Amino acid sequence: MNRIAVEKKVLNENQILAEALRERYRQNGVLCVNLISAPGSGKTALLERTLERMDKSTRVAVLTGDLQTENDAIRLAKFGFPVKQITTGGTCHLDAKMIGRHLEDWKLEDLDLLIVENVGNLVCPSSYDLGEDAKIVLLSTTEGEDKPLKYPSIFFKSELMLLTKIDLLPYVPFKAEVARENARRIHPDMEIIDVSSTTGEGLDRWMEWLKARQEKAKAKLQVSK
Amino acid sequence: MHELGIASSILECVQAEAAKRPNNRITKVGVKIGELAAVDCDALQFGFEVLVKDTEWEPLALELEYVPRMQRCSKCAYDFRMTEFDPSCPLCGDFSTRCISGEELDIAYMEVEE
Repeated sequence: MNRIAVEKKVLNENQILAEALRERYRQNGVLCVNLISAPGSGKTALLERTLERMDKSTRVAVLTGDLQTENDAIRLAKFGFPVKQITTGGTCHLDAKMIGRHLEDWKLEDLDLLIVENVGNLVCPSSYDLGEDAKIVLLSTTEGEDKPLKYPSIFFKSELMLLTKIDLLPYVPFKAEVARENARRIHPDMEIIDVSSTTGEGLDRWMEWLKARQEKAKAKLQVSK
Repeated sequence: MHELGIASSILECVQAEAAKRPNNRITKVGVKIGELAAVDCDALQFGFEVLVKDTEWEPLALELEYVPRMQRCSKCAYDFRMTEFDPSCPLCGDFSTRCISGEELDIAYMEVEE
């Protein structure tokens, strides 16, 4: 019997594809963000409000993942930006190969921002790198404040947490301060923005965050040229 | 939930290694699973067994090593197991600690018969 050391990522194939995507985004100055949450936390509603507010000169495209139906793509296509639905069939997450395949007929040089809406799931999407610049996790006030403690992986890996549906705070037992504290226990320097897609509260801060990150992506492109 | 997919990726790694060693038989694969990897070891073990059952790979064993989340204090360099989600250093109390292990989802080794 002979033991050989391997030291290889289990998801090596996905990682290779994700790094290739990341490099393509970098070369084209595209900011890619990966939105992750439980089903029903308001990813699509947030995207509707985001696209509605988006400066028309911003070249943004959306890939939206679900197990079945084109419903989200139909909702998001109303805003005039290119949107593509990724139906996974039964798979509970998006992987880098699916992203690559759906980007085939879009030119990255014609984009500033690519938003990926992952399948509603707090577990599996955390394992699959999609080549994004940042993972963003959504937690809504109709969930439990202890979600970050129950699903630490995704809160650990996300740069930003959006606390959604804050307009419902007066009507639900959710304690926002406890949720923020739990999130910071998992990820001490994670940014947190409170938003409501219904009243619009906090959306300006979210749009500013996106804009600042886009400028950073463009600046990196200038440096490399 | 995605453990069968992970099991299938592990088997693909074994197959790639086997292709490089036509005269050896791979009998075991060792995989490190970090606390933050969002992978359930029992489900993965079960998925792997189902995957290799009744195939030429059937006697292939999967050995999982669970890697706890460890933090290192940036101030006093103390390493500690993070429990109860408290990232502060148990030695000096500082909060500037960073994760040094627990994110693994790595193939560590394979055992081959000559």
